[in-house]
Amino acid sequence: MSSVNKPRSEGGHAFHFDGPEHEFETTKFGIWLFLCTEVLMFGGLFVAYFLFAHKFPETFIEGATYLDWKFGAVNTAVLLVSSFTMVLSIYYAQNNKTKQCVNMLFITLACGFIFMFIKYLEYTHKIDLGLLPGDMFSFTGEMGSTNLGLYFSTYYMMTGLHGSHVLVGMGLIVWCIVRARRGEYNSKYFTTLECVGLFWHLVDLIWIYLFPLLYLVD
Amino acid sequence: MSSAADKSKNYLNHEKGLWSWLTTLDHKRIGIMYMITVMLFFLIGGIFALLIRFELFSTGGQIVDADGYNRMMTFHGAIMVFMVIIPGIPAFLGNFFLPLHLGAKDVAFPKVNLMSWYCLIIGAAISFFSLFAEKVATGWTFYTPYSISETSNGAILLVLGAFVMGFSSILTGLNFVATTHRLRAPGMGFFQMPLFVWGLYSTAILQIIATPVLAITLLLLAAEKTMGIGFFDPKLGGDPVLFQHFFWFYSHPAVYIMILPAMGIISELITAFSRKVIFGYKAIAFSSVGIAAVSFFVWGHHMFVSGQSQVAGVIFSFLTMLVGVPTAIKTFNWVATMYKGSIQFQSPMLYAMGFLFLFTIGGVTGVMLAVMAVDVHFHDTYFVVAHFHYVMVGGTLMAIMGGIYYWFPKMFGKMYNEFMAQLSFLFIFVGFNVTFFPQFILGAQGMPRRYFDYLPAFEPLNRVSTVGSWLIAIGFLIGLYVIINGLLKGKKAPDNPWGAKTLEWQTSSPPPHTNFHEQPVVTGGPYEFR
Repeated sequence: MSSVNKPRSEGGHAFHFDGPEHEFETTKFGIWLFLCTEVLMFGGLFVAYFLFAHKFPETFIEGATYLDWKFGAVNTAVLLVSSFTMVLSIYYAQNNKTKQCVNMLFITLACGFIFMFIKYLEYTHKIDLGLLPGDMFSFTGEMGSTNLGLYFSTYYMMTGLHGSHVLVGMGLIVWCIVRARRGEYNSKYFTTLECVGLFWHLVDLIWIYLFPLLYLVD
Repeated sequence: MSSAADKSKNYLNHEKGLWSWLTTLDHKRIGIMYMITVMLFFLIGGIFALLIRFELFSTGGQIVDADGYNRMMTFHGAIMVFMVIIPGIPAFLGNFFLPLHLGAKDVAFPKVNLMSWYCLIIGAAISFFSLFAEKVATGWTFYTPYSISETSNGAILLVLGAFVMGFSSILTGLNFVATTHRLRAPGMGFFQMPLFVWGLYSTAILQIIATPVLAITLLLLAAEKTMGIGFFDPKLGGDPVLFQHFFWFYSHPAVYIMILPAMGIISELITAFSRKVIFGYKAIAFSSVGIAAVSFFVWGHHMFVSGQSQVAGVIFSFLTMLVGVPTAIKTFNWVATMYKGSIQFQSPMLYAMGFLFLFTIGGVTGVMLAVMAVDVHFHDTYFVVAHFHYVMVGGTLMAIMGGIYYWFPKMFGKMYNEFMAQLSFLFIFVGFNVTFFPQFILGAQGMPRRYFDYLPAFEPLNRVSTVGSWLIAIGFLIGLYVIINGLLKGKKAPDNPWGAKTLEWQTSSPPPHTNFHEQPVVTGGPYEFR
């Protein structure tokens, strides 16, 4: 019973688990289940995307031409780097290198900021042009197809939901940084860091699907 | 450790004060908090039901106008579905008994468990706010285009509330799956789990898979209403029927979120009060999973008249009838368990038998509605209303009541008044049939559902139905009295008053904070503890 009352960084665990190993495995299992729910939630949007793209193929091809694939490509690279640094931070935590672990988390967080900044540039540019969702669509340039507003509804809903997940992920990384600096992560305990990492990878993965679907359909 | 001193300490007096309840991580206390909230919501939803029935006592307006009627109907549906029946069994009885059934000390994630209770409370508060703030008359299904074209923004609040309550459901499901997989007592394999656990497990999987789709649907609806994104608006290239597809992709599995744990309770009750080992354990266990699996492929039967293709209709019709197979397997196994058992007609068993009777009617009329040609006639009539009330009330609510009486001694360490409990059952059972059986006839005669008024020809049966609703109300008030009286004045309950043979009866009543005095080790089957 003595291990129950110890802090987790010294090998403790919650009272209803058999040991730290049991707690770690169960928590990871729970996070995987949670990631399933995330995939299904985005799944609804993907279904809508394919449905509308099937119904209005020209609209979706033309819509993609209003997006700048260079911005999307840079953001893809930024997120891939951030996933790599996230993995490194867990690696350093497992090897008791707190300082490097914190540094890697800071780089991951910075990548999140870069991603959101680029997204902000893209959004403002489109809003200025009147490339808005559905009813609010007020673009006056030359258009080759109908219902472009629907394309931009899909674009804003998908990237918006994804962007809100990036923000949540950044918040979680800040929380991890605070805990890592207190020295709570080491070879005995890194559960929350690992779980936040898994969440971050999922956010990255969803972007990897969004990028070609929205920017590169041409 | 002297056992007398040990037994006087339990989860109820482990800590004291309201604050210790609001911040508790103990699954048993969280279960009790769910019990109180769900009972409160049931009372509110029930008052709306009585008002609806009172309004329909005669033709023309009695107490409200048509708009008022639509609001009452919307709130009755939304409250009963999102706040009573969905959290009713898993979050209340499941929370309390899943770890006890598994021989675990708590659920896998106690903090998440508490958070899901707060999600329910916050979501419910937002929903209730829409009740007072703005009118919303869409029904609990929020069908487009009406929900979008409606001028008031009340629907946004109600949708937001349902969204937040969805998280409560997801988190509970996630917790239960993790608990079932990782926290079973030493020696307990999947086939040593009681059937209530199988029911909860199948439900939890549905909650994890289906509810996120509802979340995105409601989010899209809110975006449609605030920004006009056009997903469900044909003017902008969208499709209103897409909303129905999305909505029923969640909401049909949600029907099984409501009934599967109820079936689990019935398995426990029938085993305990027939004094036999359950007949066909594996068949019942797998049929729960089977129903959960098929439930994802039947949503189109809500849309036979929405203009989906004939081919899709035929497939959905066939798959819907398929649900009848695992359901019938369960029913036959329950009856086979009772066969030659020494049945004791105590109140939990009465509810179990009430379930068998009413749920069978609800289920068979469900198969009738799955026939496309019949559905075209019955669609959106009172026949459908009667059908799903037979399943939801006659099934789920009967099981909740039976479960409350069955586990009351374990939860509170006290006995209730058996005579009054049986009286309560009598009123509920008779009242229920008086209320809803006439609605089958009304529906077959063509009375449409959701309307504020009806033709004079329908008046006599509507009067019968309304009188029945009063009988149900009396029954539930007696039930409330039984519970409160039992809590205040009940005799002290022994550890195993029914002689039941599942693991949770092996611990003291009420259980200690860590559930068992010693870590149980399972060596036999799920119904072999004595």
